[in-house]
Amino acid sequence: MARSVTTRRKAFNTAVAWAIGLLIFFPILWTILTSFKTEAQAIADPPVFLFFDWTLENYGVVMERSNYAKFLWNSIAIAGGSTLLGVLIAVPAAWSMAFVPSKRTKDILMWMLSTKMLPAVGVLYPIYLVFIKLGLLDTKFGLIVVLMLINLPIIVWMLYTYFREIPGEILEAARMDGAGLKEEIIHVLTPMALPGIASTVLLNLILAWNEAFWTLNLTAAQAAPLTAFIASYSSPEGLFFAKLSAASTMAIAPILILGWFSQKQLVRGLTFGAVK
Amino acid sequence: MYLRNALRAATALALIAGATHAETITIATVNNGDMIRMQGLSDEFTEKTGIEVEWVTLEENVLRQRVTTDITTKGGAFDIMTIGMYETPIWGKNGWLVPLDDLSEEYDAEDILPAMAGGLSYDGTLYAAPFYGESSMIMYRTDLMEQAGLEMPASPTWEFIREAAAKMTDRDAEINGICLRGKAGWGEGGAFITAMSNSFGARWFDEDWNAQFDSEAWKETLTFFSEMMNESGPAGYATNGFNENLSLFQQGKCGMWIDATVAASFVTNPNDSTVADKVGFALAPHKDGVEKNGNWLWAWALGIPAGTQKVDAAKQFVEWATSKDYIELVAGKEGWANVPPGARTSLYENPEYQKVPFAQMTLDSILSADPKNPTVDPVPYTGVQFAAIPEFAGIATEVSQEFSAVYAGQQTVDEALEKAQAITNDAMEAAGYR
Repeated sequence: MARSVTTRRKAFNTAVAWAIGLLIFFPILWTILTSFKTEAQAIADPPVFLFFDWTLENYGVVMERSNYAKFLWNSIAIAGGSTLLGVLIAVPAAWSMAFVPSKRTKDILMWMLSTKMLPAVGVLYPIYLVFIKLGLLDTKFGLIVVLMLINLPIIVWMLYTYFREIPGEILEAARMDGAGLKEEIIHVLTPMALPGIASTVLLNLILAWNEAFWTLNLTAAQAAPLTAFIASYSSPEGLFFAKLSAASTMAIAPILILGWFSQKQLVRGLTFGAVK
Repeated sequence: MYLRNALRAATALALIAGATHAETITIATVNNGDMIRMQGLSDEFTEKTGIEVEWVTLEENVLRQRVTTDITTKGGAFDIMTIGMYETPIWGKNGWLVPLDDLSEEYDAEDILPAMAGGLSYDGTLYAAPFYGESSMIMYRTDLMEQAGLEMPASPTWEFIREAAAKMTDRDAEINGICLRGKAGWGEGGAFITAMSNSFGARWFDEDWNAQFDSEAWKETLTFFSEMMNESGPAGYATNGFNENLSLFQQGKCGMWIDATVAASFVTNPNDSTVADKVGFALAPHKDGVEKNGNWLWAWALGIPAGTQKVDAAKQFVEWATSKDYIELVAGKEGWANVPPGARTSLYENPEYQKVPFAQMTLDSILSADPKNPTVDPVPYTGVQFAAIPEFAGIATEVSQEFSAVYAGQQTVDEALEKAQAITNDAMEAAGYR
C-alpha cells in the first residue's frame, strides 16, 4: 500500500517537475521555432506553433549579413578568459577566508557582495574614460578584466562556501607531511573541491556569456561578442522577429549545449555540502 | 652585418606594408532596411576608394546610448555615427561633430531638402548629411473606407478621422478603425502625441521655457486622442509602438494607421502584408481651423565625431552614401521603390521615382513640417515632435509615461497634464532655463 502511494506521488512530482521545466524552457523553444518561420508567420495572430512551412532562410540571411564566427570567438575568449582569471584570483582568496579567517572576513565578504548592488550604468562613464586612457576600448582583454571583476564576488562566495565544507584537518595533515602553501592548494584542496570549482566555472561562463551591458558599451567592431550580434538584429522600426530569433538561437546554442552536457556537474556542484 | 641588412630589409618591408595597408573606418548604424542595404553596397565604396568599412549595427536605443557615451568622452570608437535630427544640432553646438561645410561640388549640398538641411544644422552649418528622411502620414485601407461610404480628403481633419475610424471599426471581425502609438518613450508615443498636439495648436514651452501642459490645447489633444482610441483603437493600445501597429495593419486589423512614412514600403509589400494592394495615403490630420498638420519630421543622418583620426576617409564615405550616385546605384540594383527617400530634391524631380505610389505623399508630408515653427504659436526650440535641447529626451520620456497611464485607464487626463506640467517645469528649472 505504502509503495503504491509513493509511486503515485513520484509520478505526480515528476509531472509537476516536467511542467515547470517546460514552462521555463518555453520562451527558448518559441525563439527556436520562430527562427524557422517567415517574418509574416512570426507575427501571425493566432500564432502558429508547429504547422508552418519550415524555412532556413533566416539563418541564411544572418550568416550572409554578419560574421558569426568572429562574434562567437569573441564570446568564447571573453567568457572563458574572464572565468579563468576570476578562478585564479578567487581560489587563494577563498582559501584564506575559509581556512585562515580573521575578525573582518565576514565584513570583507559582505563588502565584496555589496559591489554587485551598484547599478552598472552608474560607473559607465568612469570606466569608459579609464578604458580610453589605457587603450582598452574595443579590446577582448579589457572586457576580460571588467567581466572578471564583475563576477569575482560571486566566484569568491561560491568557492568560500565549498571550501568551508572541507575539513581543515585534512589540510593540516598535508602541512604536517611537509606540504607548502602552493602544494596544499593545488594538490590537496583543489582536487577535493573540484565539483564546486566546476560548477562555479560553469555558472560564471554562463553569466559572462550573457552579460550585455558592458559587452555592448565597451566594444565596437573588433571585440564585440554575441550579445552585440543579437542587438544588431533588433529594431523598433521594422518587423524582423524571425531573423532576430535566428540570431538569438545561434547566440545561445553553444552555451545551451555546454549546459546540457555538464548539467550533472552543475547540479552536483550546486548541491555540494547541502546534504550531510 | 648580415643580421643588420636583414633587419633593414624587414623594416622597409613593414613600412611598405603599412603604407599600402588600406585605411579602415568604423561606422555605427541602426538596423533598418535602408541601412542594411547601404552595408551590403559598401563594397562598391571600398573598390572605388580602397577604404575598408567596418560596421557596428545596433538597435536604435542601444545605439543612441552607445554613441552618446563615445562622443561625450571623445572615445574615438567610431569614425561615422548614424544620428538623428534630435542629436545633430545639440552635438554640433557643443563642437562634438566635424562640420560638413566643405563638401565637394559634385556632391551638390544645395540639393538636400531644405527641411532636412535645416534640422541637421546648427547656426547655418551642416553637421550631418541626411541618408534618408521621413515624416508621418495616414495609411488607410481603401476598401474599408469605401465600405464606410467615405472618401479620404487630401488633408483631412481630426474630426473626419474620428468619424471614419468609428465607421470602419468592426470588433467582431477584429478590425480597429484606427491604430496609433500609445507606448511610453519620447521617440514612441511621445513623438506621436507631440506632433498631434501641434495640429491642435499646443506647444511644449512658451518663449520663456515655461511648460504649457496647463493649456486648453493640450487638454483637447489628450482628451481627443484617448477618446478616439477607446472608441476605435485596438485593445491594449497603451503599449503599442511602431512594430505592434505595423503587425496589426499588415494583418488587416487596422482601418487607418498614422505613422512614419517609411512604413509605406512595408505595408505595400505583398510578401509581408495581407492588405498590400488596398492601401491609400493622405497627409496627417489637423484640427478644423488650425493650419498645422500633425506630422513629424525626422532624418537618419551620417555625422563625423570630432574625436576621430580619420576625418578625410569618413568624409569620403559620407559623401558617397548620401550622394545622388548612391541613389542611382540602389535604383539600378533594387528598384526605385527601395532608394533612401526624403533627403534630396532631385529625387522627387526624377520621373522614374514619381511613379512610386507613396513618393509624392512622402514629399508633401516632409514639406508640410517646419522644425523652426512647429506649431501655431512661437516656440523657443527647433524640432517638430521634440525640442532640440539635451534635457528633452528625459523629460519627454517621463511625460509620455504619464500619458500612457491615461491610455491604460490608470489616471485622468487632468491628472496626467498636471503631473506633466510639474515634471517639465521642475526639470527646466533644475537645468537653468527658468
